[in-house]
Amino acid sequence: MYRAASVKLFAGLLLAMVTTSAFAVEPSELLADQKLETRARAISAGLRCLVCQNQSIDDSAAPLAKDLRVIVRERLVAGDSDDAVRNYLVERYGEFILLKPPLNMGTILLWGTPPAILLIGAMALLLRARRRQADPAELSEEERRKLAAILEDSSRSG
Amino acid sequence: MITEIGHYALVLAFALSLVQGVLPLWGSRKGDVTLMAIGPSAAIMQFVLIAIAFGALTWAYLSSDFSLLNVVQNSHSEKPLIYKISGVWGNHEGSMLLWVLILSFFGALVALGGRRTPQELLATTLSVQAWISAAFLLFILLTSNPFARLTLPPVEGNDLNPILQDPGLAIHPPLLYLGYVGFSMTFSFAAAALINGRIDAQWARYVRPWTLIAWIFLTLGIAMGSYWAYYTLGWGGFWFWDPVENASLMPWLAGTALLHSATVMEKRDALKVWTIFLAILAFSLSLLGTFLVRSGVLTSVHAFATDPQRGVFILAILVVFIGGSFVLFALRGPLLKAGGIFAPVSREGALVLNNLLLTTSCATVFIGTLYPLALEALTGEKISVGAPFFNFTFVPLFIPIFLAMPLGQTLAWKRGDFLGSAQRLIVACIIAICAGLLLAATHGEPVVSAVFAGLAVFVIIGSFVEIWTRISGGGLEPGKIFARARGLPFSAWGTALAHAGVGVTLFGLAATGWGVERILAMRIGDQVSIGPYALTLDAVAPRKGPNYDETIARMTIRSGGAVIGQIEPSRKFYRARQMTTTDAGLRTYSLGQIYVVVTEQNASGTIDVRMYWKPYVAMIWLGALIMALGGGISLADRRLRIGVARRARPQPIVQPAE
Repeated sequence: MYRAASVKLFAGLLLAMVTTSAFAVEPSELLADQKLETRARAISAGLRCLVCQNQSIDDSAAPLAKDLRVIVRERLVAGDSDDAVRNYLVERYGEFILLKPPLNMGTILLWGTPPAILLIGAMALLLRARRRQADPAELSEEERRKLAAILEDSSRSG
Repeated sequence: MITEIGHYALVLAFALSLVQGVLPLWGSRKGDVTLMAIGPSAAIMQFVLIAIAFGALTWAYLSSDFSLLNVVQNSHSEKPLIYKISGVWGNHEGSMLLWVLILSFFGALVALGGRRTPQELLATTLSVQAWISAAFLLFILLTSNPFARLTLPPVEGNDLNPILQDPGLAIHPPLLYLGYVGFSMTFSFAAAALINGRIDAQWARYVRPWTLIAWIFLTLGIAMGSYWAYYTLGWGGFWFWDPVENASLMPWLAGTALLHSATVMEKRDALKVWTIFLAILAFSLSLLGTFLVRSGVLTSVHAFATDPQRGVFILAILVVFIGGSFVLFALRGPLLKAGGIFAPVSREGALVLNNLLLTTSCATVFIGTLYPLALEALTGEKISVGAPFFNFTFVPLFIPIFLAMPLGQTLAWKRGDFLGSAQRLIVACIIAICAGLLLAATHGEPVVSAVFAGLAVFVIIGSFVEIWTRISGGGLEPGKIFARARGLPFSAWGTALAHAGVGVTLFGLAATGWGVERILAMRIGDQVSIGPYALTLDAVAPRKGPNYDETIARMTIRSGGAVIGQIEPSRKFYRARQMTTTDAGLRTYSLGQIYVVVTEQNASGTIDVRMYWKPYVAMIWLGALIMALGGGISLADRRLRIGVARRARPQPIVQPAE
């Protein structure tokens, strides 16, 4: 059962892998200004290479990633702030390009779930601890007397 | 013929798993000893049958039998021997076969080592294990048969994906699967406890070795995969928050939480319901990981097999087992009696905090991994959740864990003395601050690296404070200290070592901030400085490998003018698949590494070079090895005490309290 379709898909995947193992940022792309270059690298690390699986444009060797890296550097040289560069790309490619999605109606559960779980868990533990403390952890006066009597008994017999 | 025997053995194993799934369980309900006794024999026989199937497939690879579709697609007669063997599991069908092989291996181990386990628990556990086995064997036989023949066998195979032709990736899947599948044992024990309706501290003791074994292998498997990515993918990253990596991290986090809560259950008979929940969760996340990787729902670097039919099948397995076990948990969980009580400030309290933070971090990874898929499926909206998200949400959860780790270890069971424990950590704290300041002075920016490195030192030293307190209590003469150190249970040493391993890894992670990177075009004879070293490009030359041709760049490493070594990054071209891969050149100097990758020669005669000096980077994986070693030492302790192996001498009936 040699399925041509699945083989094609397989080949496509492998091709994607070849590109991943090639080179990302190339020497010719680097900006002479060290400060701008550092900013460019930091911004690139937060932008998704749109045609890759889960790679930033800083890590990817895909041609599109290279184009995006060049755009980032051009905007920085033109004097844009980091946010302005990101906004520029979001306007063109949508929020899909941001590896850290902004908080909005679509991502509220994404951002909200971790703190919610932590809070609910912490509250459940606090309530549990308080309930436990309400339990008579200390012996009452009567119990203490009983205990003393038992101990005395056993030490006499033992 | 051998292939057909393998195929037939697999069918037999499936039939046997049905028997094993029903009869021992029935026996345990009816109290029928004969039926229950079928469990262990069936489990061992099942392992033998699957091993025969696996051996048959391995033989087909070794003998380059190109009448098998699977061998054609993933092998080549010129491939080196090690990759002929690893090629068996370097593909979807073979890796699923490895999955069930390991599953049945654990089943057989439990059957062999379970003489001390109550027969009822053993029988039910093996039955549950057999259901998992049956589901996956059916999956293999119906959708992923590795023994499918070709009517017109080709002369030569397509070779294994070059990216998988690497010693690291040859052993990565078996390690990871031993971890993933190891949690099936804990799961089966938990399900059996719920079915039988009996669970106590003794149960935690039977289960502990299996949790530990799974955890050790998962730790090693994740570290191995991370190191592989580091030197193969060519840009020096070691963790990408890729969904497939997350798929292995989630069971690890749940498993780590499980190890800790099981300790509380074992020592104090508390947290029973929670421990059972984690046991189910850890394996559910392993199944989820299998689903994510095997179904092709995420098309990522790792997914080398995709087929929707398989995806639906695994999803069905996922729903039945996870859903079924949680229904069982909901029905039976409330019947479990709560055990020992403890104050919030106590060893138990600290372990509960650990559990809260670990499960929250696990949930964070879970939602970050699956949210984009869910959102796209429900609304069609596409978002990206990548490294920046996880660094922002996951890392802050771990800071309190690092701070609490040494503290928790020094607290007493039941009711701890917070101030007293904090006092005992003052020395560790002072050393950590000094180390942080020293590192900041020697390595400079960024400050955050020095802060985290200081925290790492605190974790490492803090891990041994409890041991020191215990062995120095009887006076400081060397003889006495030595005698007391020998008297400590292995598990105390194991815990300390594993915790120190976490600190070592943290140190390596913190130090990444001090790394130096250079990207440049080099000519032969050029010299560049990188960190404390200087590299000279001596030559670029071709070299012929067994199934590839490579171009290597020879470089000399100098330190202060003196030659200290050679480094040979290369580009490999695999002939059969017409693919190129990058082989990083790596040299380790005092825990740091020089890392170089190159491209082919440009027209102008230069080559593009990317080089890094990564101080202390080896500590990231060294720490994982230490964690696994700590787990192993702890395991040795348990073996003596619960008799997974037979006891050498009779034990006193009353166990001394620890």
